[in-house]
Amino acid sequence: MEYTIIFLPLAGAIISGFFGKYIGERNSEVVTSLFVSVSAILSIVIFYNVTVLDYSNNLVISSWISSGSLNVNWSISIDALSAVMLVVVTMISALVHIYSIGYMSHDPHKPRFMSYLSLFTFAMLTLVTSDNFLQLFFGWEGVGLCSYFLIGFWFKKESANAAAIKAFVVNRVGDLGFALGIFLVFYLFGTLNYNEVFQLIPETLEKELIFLGIHINAINLVCILLFIGAMGKSAQIFLHTWLPDAMEGPTPVSALIHAATMVTAGVFLVVRCSPIYEYSELALNFITIIGMSTALITATIALVQNDIKKIIAYSTCSQLGYMFFATGVGAYNVAMFHLFTHAFFKALLFLGSGSVIHSFKNEQDIRQMGGVWKKLPYTWILMIIGTLALTGFPFLSGFYSKDAIIEFAYLRGNTTGYYAAGIGIFTAFLTSIYSWRLIFKTFHGKYNNQKLKKDSMHESPMVMILPLVILAIGAISSGYLFKELFIGHESSYSFWKNSIKFLEPLNTNHPPTWLMLSTPILVISSIPIAYYLFIKNKTILEELIKNNKPLYKFLLNKWYFDELYNLIFVKFSKNIGLFFWKKIDVGIIDRFGPDGISGLIKNLSIRAVKFQSGLIYQYAFVMLLGFAILLTLLIFK
Amino acid sequence: MNFPILSSLILLPTIGALFIFFSKTNKTKYQSSKYVALFVSFANFLLSLYLWFLFDTTTYEFQFVENQEWIRGFINYKVGVDGISILFIILTTLIAPLCIISVNATIKKNLKGFLVAILLMETLMIGVFCSLDLVVFYLFFEGGLIPMFLIIGIWGGEKRVYSAFKFFLYTLLGSVLMLIAIISIYWMTGTTDVTELYEIGINAKYQNLLWLAFFSSFAVKTPMWPVHTWLPDAHVEAPTAGSVLLAAILLKMGGYAFIRFSLGLFPIASDYFVPLIYFLSLVAIVYTSLVALMQEDMKKLIAYSSVAHMGFVTLGIFTITQQGIEGSIFQMISHGLVSAALFLCVGVVYERMHTRLINRYGGIVTIMPKYAIVFMIFTLGAIGLPGTSGFVGEFLILIGTFKKSFLVATIASSGIIFAAAYMLWLYRRIIFGELIHEDLKKMIDLNQSEIFILWSLAIPILFIGFYPEPIINTVEISVNNLIEMFNSNLQINLAKNN
Repeated sequence: MEYTIIFLPLAGAIISGFFGKYIGERNSEVVTSLFVSVSAILSIVIFYNVTVLDYSNNLVISSWISSGSLNVNWSISIDALSAVMLVVVTMISALVHIYSIGYMSHDPHKPRFMSYLSLFTFAMLTLVTSDNFLQLFFGWEGVGLCSYFLIGFWFKKESANAAAIKAFVVNRVGDLGFALGIFLVFYLFGTLNYNEVFQLIPETLEKELIFLGIHINAINLVCILLFIGAMGKSAQIFLHTWLPDAMEGPTPVSALIHAATMVTAGVFLVVRCSPIYEYSELALNFITIIGMSTALITATIALVQNDIKKIIAYSTCSQLGYMFFATGVGAYNVAMFHLFTHAFFKALLFLGSGSVIHSFKNEQDIRQMGGVWKKLPYTWILMIIGTLALTGFPFLSGFYSKDAIIEFAYLRGNTTGYYAAGIGIFTAFLTSIYSWRLIFKTFHGKYNNQKLKKDSMHESPMVMILPLVILAIGAISSGYLFKELFIGHESSYSFWKNSIKFLEPLNTNHPPTWLMLSTPILVISSIPIAYYLFIKNKTILEELIKNNKPLYKFLLNKWYFDELYNLIFVKFSKNIGLFFWKKIDVGIIDRFGPDGISGLIKNLSIRAVKFQSGLIYQYAFVMLLGFAILLTLLIFK
Repeated sequence: MNFPILSSLILLPTIGALFIFFSKTNKTKYQSSKYVALFVSFANFLLSLYLWFLFDTTTYEFQFVENQEWIRGFINYKVGVDGISILFIILTTLIAPLCIISVNATIKKNLKGFLVAILLMETLMIGVFCSLDLVVFYLFFEGGLIPMFLIIGIWGGEKRVYSAFKFFLYTLLGSVLMLIAIISIYWMTGTTDVTELYEIGINAKYQNLLWLAFFSSFAVKTPMWPVHTWLPDAHVEAPTAGSVLLAAILLKMGGYAFIRFSLGLFPIASDYFVPLIYFLSLVAIVYTSLVALMQEDMKKLIAYSSVAHMGFVTLGIFTITQQGIEGSIFQMISHGLVSAALFLCVGVVYERMHTRLINRYGGIVTIMPKYAIVFMIFTLGAIGLPGTSGFVGEFLILIGTFKKSFLVATIASSGIIFAAAYMLWLYRRIIFGELIHEDLKKMIDLNQSEIFILWSLAIPILFIGFYPEPIINTVEISVNNLIEMFNSNLQINLAKNN
């Protein structure tokens, strides 16, 4: 069964990618969607087996690399953690496949698109079912590659190509950290297999490394290096710049890769490595700080963006920040819970916005929308459900997972925990504001589009709405249904078992009531605030912008990260590359090397030619001179 | 004595070359000579596979050894293979027929001569990888210069003479020093037999000087920074098949020789010079990657990326760890396949458009989808994505390096970012984007023989990426033995000094 789950998407990718031409577009769509759907159903079966029947498995497919003491296998490992990921990945993927049939109906390259989606699913599955760091890295790079293909899917668009390369290269910066982390793991433990590594940890706690003369605790270093990899993939602050640009790809891609699955791989990595992270207070604090900064900063950026997909992309960054600081305060299961619920409502929001974009004929600017809620009733309702779930409206999925994160951060009881809780609450408020801004600007108010007549708007086809409905059901109920299983005091330990390690059991106290109430109250009250600001009385906002022009610009330009990086890294690399080439290779090495030598020889030979003048007295003079020198030398010796 | 399989491997291409040279063919009908060359080189490939099949992976001893007296009491013609060398022979015999298939109407003058040069080249390269006598090695090693010199000088582009001389000048400089070193080894020990020298050992006092002499030759061939500047010029001017041979095989001679001779004969000096090699390798990785980023000529870009990739190789070798050396050998095989393929890919579009300037292309994915697919596979191989052969090599090298020095490994690992940047940027500028140059529209997609050549390289790249076992298994014991020998030598020397 495990083989089927993992290799069906690959088979679909191959069939659609190489034989799409022969079997036709419709068939490739059907084949890929069907295969992934079967995977999804089987994954649910596995999930059921794991939860109810205590099933776990570690299949070794074959050996991959073995050199000296290094042995790495291709494997499929099933435990609670990978079962959760399996369900998330295959389910969202199946829905996105089906949705894409409608969304991409006008695209001439459908088989290629479906093939990439399936290939991505395969890579993601190898990532989550690995039993060692190297296969994880394989999946990690594999999903990065598919993301590269899919962002640049519309290869004629210059901006799409640029975004694709940016995504890949920025991720590679994170991968550098990740790779070094893997090397260090092998150096310390002599193996890359999770279980073996995790068992050896207690013996390595005291080990120190010397790097550039600084003593560093080895475990801390491992944790931070691995986390740098996670930062790249999960678009955390400093390495987040690729994610908003990645919205150049088709919207189903954004839903699948850049919201529900790939970007959560970093969270998965940290949770998977909880047996290491538990021993590194330093790394956990670092993660908390990065996580909460990301949550806050990207939420502020999301407030002022005008591209519907970019708003949701920044919102994704922000939610990933939540997940990270949940892991940072040691609540790995809560992070996984938020990952799980987030997959539903964020995919819902993205696919919903895709439906909007589809209806507006590829318009993405929310200033060009408005007033169409009656025209797109299903999309409207579904988007509202997504927004409610995202903002944590009581009893929808986000309410359970996000509030739990804030509560556990508070209960952690240390300074970073308190900060995290405070920032979590504030960010929840911002989230609510920007999310409702999106809804109001897109669906309500005046109709602002000049190019399209309002009457020409129509709802998307059923093949697109149906996946949205399923996601909406998930967004509404997944929190309530799985709360006990994922984060319940007793039940969750028996569910996660060894896949997550808690050095000390999580704090079971009840958080103070004011804390539990503050977020829902803020979230609910922000709806009328947003309505007032964005629909009723826009002058307040205009005044605000006018009075705080620098701040507004700062946010609109995304804190100038892109400009800064461009200046520091891109321009610098290019200039220095040019310098090395023109000045050193050509200017020094060639000039004094081969060209210099050949020039010298030429010069010498020209002189030697001159020397042979044919005049006897010159020869005689030289002979005499030589003779004299020789004699002098002999005498003085 | 058994069937002399190694000598057959060495001589077969020469026989083919002689046959082509002396056969009378009509100048306009070059096909028949091409078929002869193809037949011979393909037979050689099968023979080398048979050799691999017979090869015993459970021993580090040299196998299939042939030892013939050549000059009485002085030089023996001695050949043999172990786990380290056999793979290079297979690489050579695989690349040669592909090169010959790729030869077509673009070689306008004296096609017969060109084929002869390729076949002679094959002979010499195989000779390099299996010779077990320093003098024999030297002859093959430097002999390889001549056909390459001719390939660039006769069939090259506009600046061919300059490039050919630059190539010659660089390599000659190193080889003179190496010859002197070989002669002095003979005077010191009375033999040039490699296996005997392994046993006798060379006096620690002279090792450093001798190492440097060998190094100067190997470093040029590898090429290492700063003696790399001949490579981009040579590549740019060489015809496609020449570039392929140069990148895939000629560059591997340096790395192979480092393992076989520098580590094997001069362990103490090798140990002493490790920091130098690390430094030069790191410069090669970072510096040439940055230079590659800025290239406007496809071939130059790939040539510079070769220097960076070979930087990983030299780094791995001198970590003197199991993973490092195995990774280096793997990386050389991988780079042989990947760079050969990349140069063939450049050749494909060059034949159609007669330009290698990157900005003359763009948006050709719609016209040449098949080309776009294979080119992507090779690009990924060059980037070192897991699942391609490039990853396994780099990963093993870096994990070996990490054992020795965190700092070096960290700097070297930054190469993975640069490689992604320059290769993907190259790919994007050629394949993706809007089709702005009208003349590109008349390009046709890959023909049958091109598909055959490129997929014959793509399949092994992917296969050994997913399942590197056959390669690693073959080299394992020999590398292990080399390291043990190396370490025991160091220990003996240490004991002596105390």
